[in-house]
Amino acid sequence: MTNTSEQLLDIEKIRKDFPILHREINGKPLVYFDNAATSQTPKQVIDCIVDYYETKNANIHRGVHSLSQIATDAYEAAREKVRAHFNAEHSHEIILTSGTTHSINLVANGYASILKPEDEILVSAMEHHSNIVPWQILCQKTGATLKVIPMSHKGELEMETYKGLINENTKLVFVNHVSNALGTINPIKEIIEIAHDVGAKVLIDGAQSAPHIKADVQALDVDYYTVSAHKICGPTGVGMLYGKEDLLNMLPPYQGGGEMIAEVTFEKTTYAGLPHKFEAGTPNISGGIAFGAALDYMNSIGFDAIAAYEMELLKYATSELQKIEGVTIYGTSPEHKTAVLSFNIENLHPYDIGTLLDKMGIAVRTGHHCAQPIMEFYKIPGTVRASFAFYNTKEEIDAFITALKKAKSMLL
Amino acid sequence: MSSIKERQEEIIEEFSMFDDWMQRYEYMIELGKSLPIIDEKYKIEENIIKGCQSKVWVYAEMDDDEVSYTADSDAIITKGIIAILIRVFSGQKPEDIINADTSFIDEIGLKEHLSPTRANGLVSMIKQMKMYAIAYNSQQNKA
Repeated sequence: MTNTSEQLLDIEKIRKDFPILHREINGKPLVYFDNAATSQTPKQVIDCIVDYYETKNANIHRGVHSLSQIATDAYEAAREKVRAHFNAEHSHEIILTSGTTHSINLVANGYASILKPEDEILVSAMEHHSNIVPWQILCQKTGATLKVIPMSHKGELEMETYKGLINENTKLVFVNHVSNALGTINPIKEIIEIAHDVGAKVLIDGAQSAPHIKADVQALDVDYYTVSAHKICGPTGVGMLYGKEDLLNMLPPYQGGGEMIAEVTFEKTTYAGLPHKFEAGTPNISGGIAFGAALDYMNSIGFDAIAAYEMELLKYATSELQKIEGVTIYGTSPEHKTAVLSFNIENLHPYDIGTLLDKMGIAVRTGHHCAQPIMEFYKIPGTVRASFAFYNTKEEIDAFITALKKAKSMLL
Repeated sequence: MSSIKERQEEIIEEFSMFDDWMQRYEYMIELGKSLPIIDEKYKIEENIIKGCQSKVWVYAEMDDDEVSYTADSDAIITKGIIAILIRVFSGQKPEDIINADTSFIDEIGLKEHLSPTRANGLVSMIKQMKMYAIAYNSQQNKA
């Protein structure tokens, strides 16, 4: 690695934080390039989960006993960390969910009682299935129409077409901040402004952006923003729905149960206020607290340094990959995306490449990445996706390129 | 004509000659490349098994009380495994196919490809091969 990137991050120290990076797979040192699927977990976050069960475990928000209060305080402190990280105005605008999919479904379900048949909703062509299917269900329930913002061959949204599609019937717009299959960073600020001009609300799926970009929900003026903790060094099964206070209040509860009520009789139930209205049942308490620890960890490294370092990895990997004959990289140039390389090698199937790379200890994702419309657009069965994190190294990219050449020679 | 069990043992013996994964996979890739491609007229939507990762086409015919299979895949390693399965099952009696197990795949070190979570279409393909055998078996019994 060049001198500049060594100065960006103390990689050796960072790698020591991740126990899993030191294991072997199929007898080879693990090279983990499937970070867009899930990130690895640092010791600090693992310790936080262990500490919770060893010293704080109790049900939250309901006990008068001290342990319950300790657990509640830790959980609410985590919510506050999430609020601060994304710069929401109020901590009750942060709903802790099981992850992005849950967050999106919560909003989609809420709009089922709000939308009318003449209403239109817009979704981008590069969405994950989890940001397509809930809206299709919503349209089936309400009679509203789903329209698609197309993308160009470069893997960027066609903004002029978007401006043409949006009109006063448009009630909702859904776009991911970063595409999971291609890594494209979408111009969400502009998308939000255009939507707001006609009074439409915008949900941004931040699952893929959160590990790389620190989003400021107030500066973006975004209406709903969703995140999964496991993509940013946190545990699985926990995530965030941010919503503006009035827009969350407007939505009916998603699930009924304990903790989300103010008063229950058999005739009528009044609901608790935000955020509890949307947090029925015992939540993933240790996960929520560890979500806070994960944000602390990421912030201790610094998002600017992370982004700069990952950009160097991406540029290096892109130039090395392009040296292999027959490689097609899908998506835009490194400057307009996060550290994702989605590619194919001529005449080779992604499944075959992925299988052989795995035998050499290299973990990549293959297939359609839950984004079949993108694969349909490019007329391909899928891609090989290598996605990098701040704990990856240039040496790992070299190992990946060597393994890829080996796989190619075996398959051709 | 050797039985399913005999053919499986033959394959296990062949694979035992390989020292490492690379030789095993090179052999599989070779098998995949040499698999007679399914007749275009059978490579249709009706005969397709869509996995998340790779697609598989499979078709069967009954010939002199024996089932003969033809299949294809868009991924070569998947195709290599198909070639092995066809070698074991093609030309066997429906009843023998129905009762056969596929644990020999574990023994040749390819177990991971038959994991239902792998989504490469192979698990469904084996099911489909057996379904053909069940269908032909019931036809025979009626006759």
